[in-house]
Amino acid sequence: MADAQERIASTAGLESSRRHVVDIEGLKLTFQTADGPVFALTDINLKVDEGDFVSFIGPSGCGKTTLLRVIADLEQPTEGSIMVNGVSPHEARMARSYGYIFQAPALYPWRTIERNVTLPLEVIGMAKAERLERARRYLKLVNLAGFEKKYPWQLSGGMQQRASIARALCVDPELLLMDEPFGALDEIVRDHLNEQLLQLWRQTEKTVVFVTHSIPEAVFLSTRIIVMSPRPGRIIDIIDCGFPPDRTLDIRETPEFQEVAHRVREGLRAGHGDDD
Amino acid sequence: MAMTTETAVLETGKRTLLATAMAGQAGPVSLLLLALVVIWYAGAVWMNAPWAIDRFEKQKIDWSAGDLLRATMVQKRPILPAPHQVLVEMNKTILQKKITSKRSLIYHSWVTLSSTLLGFAIGGILGILLAVGIVHNRTLEKSLMPWVISSQTIPILAIAPMVIVVLGAIGLRGLVPKAIISTYLCFFPVTIGMVKGLRSPGVLEMDLMRTFNASPWQTFWMLRWPASLPFLFTSLKVAIAISLVGAIVGELPTGAQAGLGARLLAGSYYGQTIQIWSALMTAAVLAALLVVLIGVIERVVLKRMGMKR
Repeated sequence: MADAQERIASTAGLESSRRHVVDIEGLKLTFQTADGPVFALTDINLKVDEGDFVSFIGPSGCGKTTLLRVIADLEQPTEGSIMVNGVSPHEARMARSYGYIFQAPALYPWRTIERNVTLPLEVIGMAKAERLERARRYLKLVNLAGFEKKYPWQLSGGMQQRASIARALCVDPELLLMDEPFGALDEIVRDHLNEQLLQLWRQTEKTVVFVTHSIPEAVFLSTRIIVMSPRPGRIIDIIDCGFPPDRTLDIRETPEFQEVAHRVREGLRAGHGDDD
Repeated sequence: MAMTTETAVLETGKRTLLATAMAGQAGPVSLLLLALVVIWYAGAVWMNAPWAIDRFEKQKIDWSAGDLLRATMVQKRPILPAPHQVLVEMNKTILQKKITSKRSLIYHSWVTLSSTLLGFAIGGILGILLAVGIVHNRTLEKSLMPWVISSQTIPILAIAPMVIVVLGAIGLRGLVPKAIISTYLCFFPVTIGMVKGLRSPGVLEMDLMRTFNASPWQTFWMLRWPASLPFLFTSLKVAIAISLVGAIVGELPTGAQAGLGARLLAGSYYGQTIQIWSALMTAAVLAALLVVLIGVIERVVLKRMGMKR
């Protein structure tokens, strides 16, 4: 525990020297629907530092996916300011400075795994030889070497999601945005991919913003956990957790892990109110 | 492991065509065919018997059931020709005639086929272009879609003579007016199918292209177009069959000199039912061959894209 706190302190100390990859101030997003306005996000203030692994956790309807989509310029905020990589989300998208990983792999069935991974490189207009070289490199990184010529349907769900991670990584973006990427997978595969993702994050030193509704997943992966609550969608707690970078799944049995998980659970419960 | 699955899949793919034709289904399929032939013969006997009985009675001949049966099979202008009469006529006009002869069904089939294919090509391209416009532009969708649908509510038999007459007045005769009637019929399923196909990519697939900052052109060629191909082939199968119908209908109003439609018309002028039926059967065989051809192209294309398992 003392070790963990020390880590939090050192993270805090470093904060000033590190760049904000995502910087959100007073952000609001209201959807106008036939039944009146829906307050998807209110008063969001959030800074994500370079190299952070930040998780949004909360019940469905709390706006965690919407917030991720705002960062990705897939939704437009109604109010407030947001900077991604020092520029507006739109400019960040134009500059292709993030990679987005969806809830489903969204691999195109008519392309081989290799050509799915090189899809964003084709959009950029990179030369073929370099495209293939990158595909090989990133498929190896996600442990899919040898599957280049397979079609998506020949791979399991977990392998498909890994291929989609390779596709997001291959443009070498500053930022990885992951929207419940393992939500559709069974727990055993999910545990395995969590370990692999952690390893990948250490190797690539990317900044990751991760959406989940699983407490153990959030606590295991993150440096910071953003606890969110619905109606209106808002941030109710920010929890730093600094487990050693070379942690394994065994850490989930330790009291320190349980303590952070407990705090997240308490936050979620408090935010839920008494409406259900 | 994955390797073996793949080879297994490939092998099943190869076997499917032959297997479905040869094994399991061959029995039921030929039984059904036999049943149809039997029903046809029964129908021929039933339809042609009154005339035969009439003849027997006028000539005051005693006749047995066997005589009647025979008499219904050999009439020159039966109400419903027996299958073998149609086959004999088809053999005579397809295999025994030189294909340059005006009486060869191959010659007439070619006349019809050429305008079918021309109309199909124009209609296919037109159908695709309309669908692309409709999918990408809301104004086009609002303004084109009602016309596309209402165009198909007008009976083609009503519009075909006008097209032929109007185009004939400006000097267009023969191939092109018929092809235009085919086009009129066959663009429709292509448009409807392609609108659905081009819209088939889901929200995730489309969002993915947005995160790549892909241009509309790139989104079209890398996502919408390949996703729409299975829909396109389904539409083309319908389109080529009705394109043939369009070409035949287009041959009727001019009292056309050549083509399967002309044979149908000539047959009905002179009460040559056997000639009508053999032209009909030839048209049916031709349509089936065209649909099978599209099916083969579909299999090859989708297999190369990895979409047929």
